[in-house]
Amino acid sequence: MTVDTAKPLLRAEGVSKFFGRQVGCREVSFDLHPGEVLGIVGESGSGKTTLLNCLSAQLEPTSGRVLYDTRVEGLQDVYRMSEASRRLLIRTDWGIVRQNPRDGLRMGVSAGANVGERLMAVGARHYGHIRAEATDWLARVEIDPERVDDPPATFSGGMQQRVQLARNLVTRPRLVFMDEPTGGLDVSVQARLLDLLRGLVTDLGLSAVVVTHDLAVTRLLAHRLVVMKGGAVVETGLTDQVLDDPQHPYSQLLVSSILQP
Amino acid sequence: MSVVTGYNFAYLDEQTKRMIRRALLKAVAVPGYQVPFGSREMPLPYGWGTGGIQVTASVIGPDDVLKVIDQGADDTTNAVSIRRFFARVAGVATTERTPEATLIQTRHRIPETPLRAGQILVYQVPIPEPLRWVEPRETETRKMHALIEYGVMHVKLYEDITRHGRIATSYDYPVLVNDRYVMAPSPIPKFDNPKMHRMPALQLFGAGREKRLYAVPPYTKVESLDFEDHPFEVQRWDDVCALCGAADSYLDEVIVDDRGGRMYVCSDSDYCRERREAGHLGPGGPAGLEAAE
Amino acid sequence: MPEPMIAVRGLRKSFTLHNQGGAVLRVLGGVDFEVAAGECLVLHGPSGAGKSTLLRSLYANYLPQAGEIRVRHDGAWVDMATAPPHRVLDVRRRTLGWVSQFLRVVPRVPAIDVVAEPLRGLGASPDEARARSGDLLARLRIPERLWRLAPSTFSGGEQQRVNLARSFVHPYPVLLLDEPTASLDVANRETVMDLIEEAKARGAAVVGIFHDAEVRARVGTRLYEMAEAVGGEAVA
Repeated sequence: MTVDTAKPLLRAEGVSKFFGRQVGCREVSFDLHPGEVLGIVGESGSGKTTLLNCLSAQLEPTSGRVLYDTRVEGLQDVYRMSEASRRLLIRTDWGIVRQNPRDGLRMGVSAGANVGERLMAVGARHYGHIRAEATDWLARVEIDPERVDDPPATFSGGMQQRVQLARNLVTRPRLVFMDEPTGGLDVSVQARLLDLLRGLVTDLGLSAVVVTHDLAVTRLLAHRLVVMKGGAVVETGLTDQVLDDPQHPYSQLLVSSILQP
Repeated sequence: MSVVTGYNFAYLDEQTKRMIRRALLKAVAVPGYQVPFGSREMPLPYGWGTGGIQVTASVIGPDDVLKVIDQGADDTTNAVSIRRFFARVAGVATTERTPEATLIQTRHRIPETPLRAGQILVYQVPIPEPLRWVEPRETETRKMHALIEYGVMHVKLYEDITRHGRIATSYDYPVLVNDRYVMAPSPIPKFDNPKMHRMPALQLFGAGREKRLYAVPPYTKVESLDFEDHPFEVQRWDDVCALCGAADSYLDEVIVDDRGGRMYVCSDSDYCRERREAGHLGPGGPAGLEAAE
Repeated sequence: MPEPMIAVRGLRKSFTLHNQGGAVLRVLGGVDFEVAAGECLVLHGPSGAGKSTLLRSLYANYLPQAGEIRVRHDGAWVDMATAPPHRVLDVRRRTLGWVSQFLRVVPRVPAIDVVAEPLRGLGASPDEARARSGDLLARLRIPERLWRLAPSTFSGGEQQRVNLARSFVHPYPVLLLDEPTASLDVANRETVMDLIEEAKARGAAVVGIFHDAEVRARVGTRLYEMAEAVGGEAVA
């Protein structure tokens, strides 16, 4: 895989979000390059989900800019582009994986329809082809193709999370946002999902922004970390460097508080 | 029938009719687009055609000839009541014959006799929003229409095929109007969908409870959504109408006795009668006719 | 002397333990050296002299306070101490290999894929990557029946050899070795020494920590002596 790593795929410039006088996140800046996985870590209330929502065009920042390298027009402010372009971007070139699969899936329609929806949204009109592609993607996330016609409501939590992944990846996005993707799953199920995610990141050359409070997850998945506290970024760096040689007092506390990162 | 006094012509006051006609003009100008309007309380409950009645009241004139059908029939309680309502508050002539009518209000059917230019067909609509099943927020469905985000409509059809092996939706089958707006055709059988396509008559839709109007101008393209490998198809019957022998009309199943005996008859009662008057006789023969009556 | 592949100048590294009263541990104070293609520099000194800290700093696993760590990457110098993260990752992916004593086990991933992962990251096809990985596992005497199993169940020695295979599977131009032969049996220690020799022969620059004097003597080109408090600074 040859990717031009010199040009950022996503750029945050002084992103701040205030809820009245309450700070959501403050002055966050970074570049994310193609193929990179960025982990955002911190405790509950540190602003990591607010930041993720700002980055993923779900929540307009109070100040600052979020730029994305669109396929056609290059680096664009996602909050300045037309709503039509932004929504198209979100459902084709991006993926958004929610912590709770119920928020990211249609629980009442079949797994195949869930995965095929993005294809239909961009104009696919051949039932057989859509179902075949959905089946193929379900297999890639290790779900028995026999279950393509079953609704996710009949699946386990780990399977639902994998259907959600397939649903997002079917349009071959370049950037995926994930909020606690392994939260609420059993440890063994977490491991399987992480392993799958690692493989997909490598095979598809995906970039990702992953919010998690689990440092072990970032060790396996993220190339770089952003450590947040009270809405501000207190430390950034390569994942292994932040975990093995944390500089900020809060990062040191965070790392020393876990059993085995 | 005597015309009642003390009411404005066609029941609604002139300002309200003007407001509704302005909304209808917009609806005609943007085919398939749902126009909000200030729906009034009418002397009948929601669900009985309050939207259709307000549209009819706003476009009807003293020279119009009104026909009202419910599920294709002119003689059901709802159809009779609405026909009598306008005869009394507007003093207009009424008819059961499709070709004689200038204005036809309908619930759940399009007449079998092809409509001609100059006629107006008014539909009673319970749920005007075809995206409602997937998205409860009005702000979001309006955005989806604005941005032509209609992928979810195919999700519904996909799911139909997955569960039933074919598109099983048979009523209120979604259509794309003028290559732009996805529209709910009201709960007509999909058998009637092709009649909407390039219909010479003006089609107006009124949803009283939901306070929405929309329209399909004459000769407008109306396409039923489908898949390349599962194309849109209308219902077919192995039987013909027991009374008039029609093989091209929408048939209702009628239970004729307590022993489970049944027959199929035209849902469009006027069409059936016209055929019988023209000498057509179905396999049920005169006996079937008696049983049906 | 052939051109240097890695050049270190004025490198200082200390640790500030904010949650232990702000204690400062000064470990490296002013490290300077260069290693040329085909050379093996041996970091030598007593326990606690900062050999591992230095090696980790070279890999940008530890963040130095001052100095530069230049690595020749695609024919140009990259300073690992100051390069942006994606550059550091690119250097690690293609130029700078790392062999640690311990394998960080990834749950569920079979041994052969653990070894193949660096190649997959460089774009090799799964079949090609597995074939090259299999060759190395065989050289390091991991029985073929284990290749398809996740190494979490392996013995310490087996895990270490899987890790060595992973580090040698791509011909990195610069290799950092942290005790690669510790706890290996004689035969495997020979194999690892062969692998290091082969790397030097193809022009790799190697920096390593070897406790075993015999290994030092065989693969080392030069010694870099480290006493406690390198550069004369006091250790807190």
